[in-house]
Amino acid sequence: MKFRARILVSLKEGVLDTQGKAVLVSLKNLGFDVVEEVRIGKSIEIVLSAGSAEEAEKKVESMCEALLVNPLIETGRVSLEAIG
Amino acid sequence: MNASVVVFPGSNCDRDVLYALGKIAGIPAVPVWHKDPVLPEDTDLVVLPGGFSYGDYLRCGAMAARSPIIQGVREHARRGGLVLGICNGFQVLTEAGLLPGALLANSNLEFICSPCLLRVERSDTPFTNAYPEGTLVQFPIAHHEGLYFLPERELQKLEDNRQVVFRYAAADGSAGAQHSPNGSLNGIAGIVNSSGNVLGLMPHPERASEKLLGGTDGLGMWYSIKSWLEGGAR
Repeated sequence: MKFRARILVSLKEGVLDTQGKAVLVSLKNLGFDVVEEVRIGKSIEIVLSAGSAEEAEKKVESMCEALLVNPLIETGRVSLEAIG
Repeated sequence: MNASVVVFPGSNCDRDVLYALGKIAGIPAVPVWHKDPVLPEDTDLVVLPGGFSYGDYLRCGAMAARSPIIQGVREHARRGGLVLGICNGFQVLTEAGLLPGALLANSNLEFICSPCLLRVERSDTPFTNAYPEGTLVQFPIAHHEGLYFLPERELQKLEDNRQVVFRYAAADGSAGAQHSPNGSLNGIAGIVNSSGNVLGLMPHPERASEKLLGGTDGLGMWYSIKSWLEGGAR
């Protein structure tokens, strides 16, 4: 089976997000006074084949551990969809 | 006495380091390709040079830290061999878990290319024994991700263990966060591992090794390493 995994990588609480801060200032300058906080992360999409959804999820989790997420500063949230 | 300088795709300070070691300091140095699984057998010092390994994709140093050669670097460090990571090399060492912490984007979001004053916090390491403690040196920095970050409790442990070797400073000798050009916590510019044989720093000593290039404060690092390896500084 084929799966598409989407990994949402976010900076942990307490880790300075300089990009988020700059974007916050820009949004305010554009008149969006309601904005209180901006955090910027990244989204990684992976297409993989696996025998089952659980197996696919396990594989993606181990990819996060091996390379995709630095646990000191980031968290990764995995979502999965079967694509045939 | 032999040095190996690892070359990753995107390294751009490898030749400067080879030149500083070989031609200026008189430490024979050879380039080593990142796909080699082992270091040359007679390696005493490994340098991970500056640059933009793998285009800084994903996170600075992340892919380089998973290169085949890193296994050899790890072995070398475990045996007590000297490892020096400069700029991108420092980022690689943190990503490989050979040094604690992470380097985040500079607080002003700019690429900073500038001479920088640093205070040498320790003169009892293999890399800094030629500098008396508290010496101010000027090395240039050139980076976009140089903000040293470590969660508060671990940062305190790092300070308690005296692992901070270089701190951003001012001409009056004061050093600390207020002098970080990049927002580095506690003004940290360079650290060692707990056994002291692995050093990472953001500033470039190899670019401060010849008068022609504006200064020679970096020579102390090469001479420190040389006398350590010769046994004089142990």
